Amino acid sequence: MKDIFWLIPFGPAISALVLVLFGHRLSRKVVSIQACAAVFFSFAVSVVSCLGLINANRADFPLIKHLFSWISAGSLKAGFSLQFDPLSAVMVLVVTGVGFLIHVYSIGYMSRDKGYARYFACLNLFTFAMLLLVLASNMILMFVGWEGVGLCSYLLIGFWFEKPAAAAAGKKAFIVNRIGDAGFILGVLFIVLVVGNSEFMAINEAIGNGGLARGTATGIAILLFIGAAGKSAQIPLYVWLPDAMEGPTPVSALIHAATMVTAGVYMVARMNLLYAFSGTAGQIVAVVGAVTAVYAATMALTQNDIKRVLAYSTISQLGYMFLGCGVGAYAAGIFHLYTHAFFKSLLFLAAGSVIHSLSGEQDMRKMGGLKKYLPRTYPAFLIGAIAIAGVPFLSGFYSKDAILTQAFAQGHYVLWALGLGAAVLTAFYMFRLIFLTFYGEERLDPEAKRHLHESPRIMTLPLAILAFFSITAGYVGLPAVLGEKADVFKRFLNPVIRPVSGGHLASGTEWLLILLSTTAALLGIVLAYALYLKNKRIPHAFVARFPGLYKLLYNKYYVDEIYDAVVVNPLVRCSEGIYGGFDLKVIDGSLDGSASAAALAGKILAYFQTGLLKDYALVFLLGVVIFMGVLLF
Amino acid sequence: MIPSNYFFILSIILFVLGIIAFFVKRDLIGQLMGIEIMLNAANLAFLALAKASNFPEAQAIVLFVIVVAAAEAAVGLAIILLIFRRKKTIKTEDIRSMKG
Amino acid sequence: MAIFLFLLLSVICVGSVLGMIISRNQAYGALYLVLAFSCLGGLFGMLGASFAAVIQILIYAGAIMVLFIFVIMMINLREGIAPEKKKWTIRASGFIAVILLAEIILASKGGPASGIAGAAQGAGPADLGRILLTDYLYPFEITSILIIAALVGAIVLAKKKEKK
Repeated sequence: MKDIFWLIPFGPAISALVLVLFGHRLSRKVVSIQACAAVFFSFAVSVVSCLGLINANRADFPLIKHLFSWISAGSLKAGFSLQFDPLSAVMVLVVTGVGFLIHVYSIGYMSRDKGYARYFACLNLFTFAMLLLVLASNMILMFVGWEGVGLCSYLLIGFWFEKPAAAAAGKKAFIVNRIGDAGFILGVLFIVLVVGNSEFMAINEAIGNGGLARGTATGIAILLFIGAAGKSAQIPLYVWLPDAMEGPTPVSALIHAATMVTAGVYMVARMNLLYAFSGTAGQIVAVVGAVTAVYAATMALTQNDIKRVLAYSTISQLGYMFLGCGVGAYAAGIFHLYTHAFFKSLLFLAAGSVIHSLSGEQDMRKMGGLKKYLPRTYPAFLIGAIAIAGVPFLSGFYSKDAILTQAFAQGHYVLWALGLGAAVLTAFYMFRLIFLTFYGEERLDPEAKRHLHESPRIMTLPLAILAFFSITAGYVGLPAVLGEKADVFKRFLNPVIRPVSGGHLASGTEWLLILLSTTAALLGIVLAYALYLKNKRIPHAFVARFPGLYKLLYNKYYVDEIYDAVVVNPLVRCSEGIYGGFDLKVIDGSLDGSASAAALAGKILAYFQTGLLKDYALVFLLGVVIFMGVLLF
Repeated sequence: MIPSNYFFILSIILFVLGIIAFFVKRDLIGQLMGIEIMLNAANLAFLALAKASNFPEAQAIVLFVIVVAAAEAAVGLAIILLIFRRKKTIKTEDIRSMKG
Repeated sequence: MAIFLFLLLSVICVGSVLGMIISRNQAYGALYLVLAFSCLGGLFGMLGASFAAVIQILIYAGAIMVLFIFVIMMINLREGIAPEKKKWTIRASGFIAVILLAEIILASKGGPASGIAGAAQGAGPADLGRILLTDYLYPFEITSILIIAALVGAIVLAKKKEKK
């Protein structure tokens, strides 16, 4: 049963190929059914494989299926081989499950778009690449998937490429990703150099039997984390994610909430032995994660575009995941990845539904009072917001709490405090969004109001399903206070992720921490209520009081401008300089030069073509003389 | 009786004189006459050679050469006439259509 | 005796060619050439090629030079055209001519036996006729076609355009 796992990536792969080649000739109906069926196929195979895994013998893990030998260059060997173990199982279920729902949603959202087939082709291609990434059994094949998702991200962000902002955003995403990938490639190369090949099993073995020095491991781990920072939008390579909101909303839901951005977290979890072995690297990951979490949350406070708020929220939540992995709670990090996939994609899709019903309006200042007009979208949105805020009994609470508890237990009190602070901010800005959008007085544009309607069933049904999971998905990972056996998730991941030693708290401390998390969430909600519902003048007064601070936050700490000035513009100017000085003068010059040299030679030779018979005869004669001379001597 | 060498030397002298005639003359007809001289020199050499190495067919070859020279002279002169009609001159310096 | 005749004929020949080169009047040049060709005819005869000698005088000195004179008269230039004045052309061509001379002399040193113009096995006209019609049949016929072609060609080229 479990041996068919290698089929998982190929459904979307074939569908993508067909759509790329023939998509424009197929009818919309066929395209929709084919694309969604492909992902559903993968989902079904994933479920079957996962079930097979549960009943399988633990000692066999991971299961490896070698399809064919791909690279064999001297000592560098990489096969096209896929592996399946609990971690991969979780990831493929998330990717295909949420992916399938988003494909269905897209049928409704993109129904009137011209590039329908292209959209689904890219979406399927993306799914294939992501599945390749999580199923690969060696780092080089994983890198293929890694690059593939980057490429599809570019294609989908810049989907409406006629819009300059979208094209620029796609370019930015790809380039920033690339910078991270440079670090990643270096890390992989070092691994190959030291360990011999890039198979995960081999790497883990090398760590186990001392084949890898601690310093080298730290270096490699940091390099790999640079790649993860690019892919998962951590400081300093997060700048592409807010701009990526130029793409269609389902794209934001799939790629920038549930799957691609989680690739970095997956990678760290996959290499958990490496990060655990090199303590320093783990520290760095945790610190970057925690700082990013707070930093992004502060920027989310002031945004007016509904999608931007969610974008910064994603960056912040990713910070949480890295915090979890950094302190050794890899299982908790993956758990948060899993719950986050549900409620974040729910939030994005619901936001898409709001935007769709308002005929494209994204600015929250032009919304308000939508609660009564969107009876199916509103509850879904609300559930998502509650989940992300970390209110107990919904999924977000369990995963966030797991991370924070582990951080505290490992003694990282500062990081724990940062995490707690970010939790307050998260609740605050999410409910600010809710209150501005669905409550209060209507600030709608009259044109938009006339067309205001709830979204079609095909869009609200995935919302309902995701909402359901946002509530229930957390129950597989109950806190340790309720008994060691309660954390099913963690035990499931045991073969892959060694539990970290230490960090056992007294149950009293644990309950205290749970109480603190809950308080943080509720505090945030109450604050938002007070500021945006009860007394609307407070925010304005605040801004008036601290104009500098507001400007700083609103302009995203001017980071984009700083990057432009320090990195982008010098590079652009350097390129222009080289272009003018070298490319135009030397390369074009030598090309034109050879052409003019030929012309010059022609002109010189033409001098001999005088048209006079006698001169030609003279040349004849000369020829005869020379010829005879050669013959004689 | 007379060594063939003498005939050869004569033919060489005539040939070179023909070349000189071709280059010295500035009108087309003169150049054509130079060509005729060269042809005759060649004929002479042919016959001398035939005598020296006992080659009786040489006369047939000489006959052919003469015939071809006649044909060529006829056509060449016709062309010179045409050129004269067109350009009103037969000075070779004035005929530069082949330039370039 | 034969030497004397040879010397006479060759001197006249070379002399008239020189005369042709120097003269600026083309008609004079043509006449000089007639003289030269006649001497050549004699020389052919001395070599034992009687048929060639006769043909030379009939056709070359006769028909071809007459053609030349026809055309010269048709062109009817008032003044003659002086030979080349430019010194460098004369010198260059002279120089090359000398080189050619030297080369040919050198070449002929290794030539066939510079022996006595010996055996009186000069082919008579009868032999020539047989050769022409057996071994050299094809060239013979082709040259007749060539003559016809030249004839037609010359007429077509040189005739006056009909006035429409």
